[in-house]
Amino acid sequence: MPDGAVPVLEVKDLKTVFRVRGGEIHAVNSVSFDLRAGELLGVVGESGSGKSVTMMSLLDLLPSPPAEVRNGTVMLGDRDLLKVDAETMRSIRGGEVGFIFQDPMTSLNPVFTVGFQIMEPLRSHMGLSKAKARDRAVELLELVGIPDARSRLKDYPHQFSGGMRQRVMIAIALACDPKVLIADEPTTALDVTIQAQILELIKDLRQKLGMAIIWITHDLGVIAGIADRVMVMYGGQVVEQGPVREVFANPAHPYTRALLQTMPKLHGARETKLRVIEGQPPMLGRHPESCPFRDRCGHAFDRCAAENPARRQLGENHDVACHWDHREGKP
Amino acid sequence: MTERRKLVEVRDLKMHFPIFGGILRRQKGAVKAVDGVSFDIYEGETLGIVGESGCGKSTCGRAVLRLYEATAGSITINGQDIATLGQEELRKRRPMMQMVFQDPQASLNPRMTVAGIIGEPLDEHTDWPRQKKLERIYELMDAVGLNRDFANRYPHAFSGGQRQRIGIARALALNPKFIVCDEPIAALDVSIQAQVVNLLEELQEQFNLTYMFISHDLSMVRHIADRVAVMYLGVIVELAPVQALYDRPMHPYTEALLSAVPEPDPSAARRKDRIVLQGDVPSPANPPKGCNFCTRCPKVMDICREVPPETREVAPGHFAACHLLDQDQTTGGTGGRGSEHNQRLIQQGEDA
Repeated sequence: MPDGAVPVLEVKDLKTVFRVRGGEIHAVNSVSFDLRAGELLGVVGESGSGKSVTMMSLLDLLPSPPAEVRNGTVMLGDRDLLKVDAETMRSIRGGEVGFIFQDPMTSLNPVFTVGFQIMEPLRSHMGLSKAKARDRAVELLELVGIPDARSRLKDYPHQFSGGMRQRVMIAIALACDPKVLIADEPTTALDVTIQAQILELIKDLRQKLGMAIIWITHDLGVIAGIADRVMVMYGGQVVEQGPVREVFANPAHPYTRALLQTMPKLHGARETKLRVIEGQPPMLGRHPESCPFRDRCGHAFDRCAAENPARRQLGENHDVACHWDHREGKP
Repeated sequence: MTERRKLVEVRDLKMHFPIFGGILRRQKGAVKAVDGVSFDIYEGETLGIVGESGCGKSTCGRAVLRLYEATAGSITINGQDIATLGQEELRKRRPMMQMVFQDPQASLNPRMTVAGIIGEPLDEHTDWPRQKKLERIYELMDAVGLNRDFANRYPHAFSGGQRQRIGIARALALNPKFIVCDEPIAALDVSIQAQVVNLLEELQEQFNLTYMFISHDLSMVRHIADRVAVMYLGVIVELAPVQALYDRPMHPYTEALLSAVPEPDPSAARRKDRIVLQGDVPSPANPPKGCNFCTRCPKVMDICREVPPETREVAPGHFAACHLLDQDQTTGGTGGRGSEHNQRLIQQGEDA
């Protein structure tokens, strides 16, 4: 990771609210982060932690109503994505920012050929001619490791296996040389051996193309393997952020620590009993004024209910949002 | 080791689903979802079944409980051949064997209350008075950690982990001996998975249950299982005690599968030389000739494309089906086959 590189994407104080019957759900509650050129930022969290909604807010992909982005700035270069008009946003999506969705079954259109779907962004964003777009599509399919690329352009998505479909999705996302690639649980629907193939592919593509990647997942193992930095989300906010080795070696937030402990290991001694995080995941930010983890936290005290902790710096690039000081072992 | 009682004995179980086609809708082939598996499950133990999607692990679990009519093979549970039993006889045996399903959302009737769901097996199989049933329902809710006050609520009011508890309570209602858990934690969040697995383990101890635990999560299977069977394309390629399987995998597929699991440890994850399998699992309607794994195996030999390997016992209780192991037997000779074999695999891994 290039140190001190300029951030390509800077998100500050992003708030997204869903209006529902009987109130509001604070799905993203003051999220700030930045993404530097060429780095891979892993975003971990359970379902309902707000990780996908955060990324969808960036690109205005949420249906409104009920969703409403209420606050914040999202700087891509020198433009604020929350302020640009719909037409500009359209050119940014799939252009400067690529998006890979979780489920390759449902995110490809079953009635168009794979070739058409890869060529579509090339023709609309880059204005390539049909023949040029086709050549580029073949190049892209070869890049993501699909054999016999030229003849497979004529195939429909159902003729591809799950892993191959995800490769097609990656090819589409890469079509216009994005500066930022957002991958939302790209390997969750795949088997482990296929996941290993996709992870290798991403590592390889990063070296070749050097774009910045945001990788959303709930699997800490995947993050450990590929990310430079990791951001842990819980209840719609960032609870810890730091370099991946640092966070895994010295997790500072009680939630990160608990999450690492609950996972059974593939090597070493077998635990007789798994450590658990008691309780249930939070009802998405109904009480934005208090810490979302307090009901399940072993260290919770009265301040946690009264005041939502702000993120404080622990070391270089490592910060945590918790009132409890894990190093001192006291509040 | 003391002689343990075999609770479940499965021999050469086959489950083929016919494919019909053409104008006359004649059968033109079959999806060989499970193609000849044999295993035993001892009383009180947990047998883990692992494999990728489409390898036939769930079909195998369902066929063992005769939720499918198996194509061939015998299934003996508690001394009774389940495969040939008539419907009425089978119904009487049902209380002994139960199932916990993958998706707690889909496997609970949204129009029934929790008490109704947990009590349904009791309605079906006992003639207890209302009060006694209700007591049993409360007892079960306590056992799986559900609040009694919620008995009259509907499934939608519960979170995923709690719903899975309802499914487990229903499976326990009739005091079963044997429970097939089909991916019971796959639909749950990481922090909830551990809760459900701990619950299953506590219940096993409390009621002396025997589990067949089907999962694609190798780390979780390592935690919960006593012995593990690895399936690939309808057959068991390796079956061994958990320690042996994870420390000294004999089959190249097991090895690749273990190496593909991402580990939550950045330094280990990067150091490790991964075995990345090429290609995808072939269709079970048209499996390759010879060994099922020959299309993706990094150590494939000529013989693998011709002759299906036989399952052999490479160490006490450790079964594997691979031609590499035959070769060791003829050339190696002097014991320690497993370690020699592994040594070679490691060297090959480094070369690659």
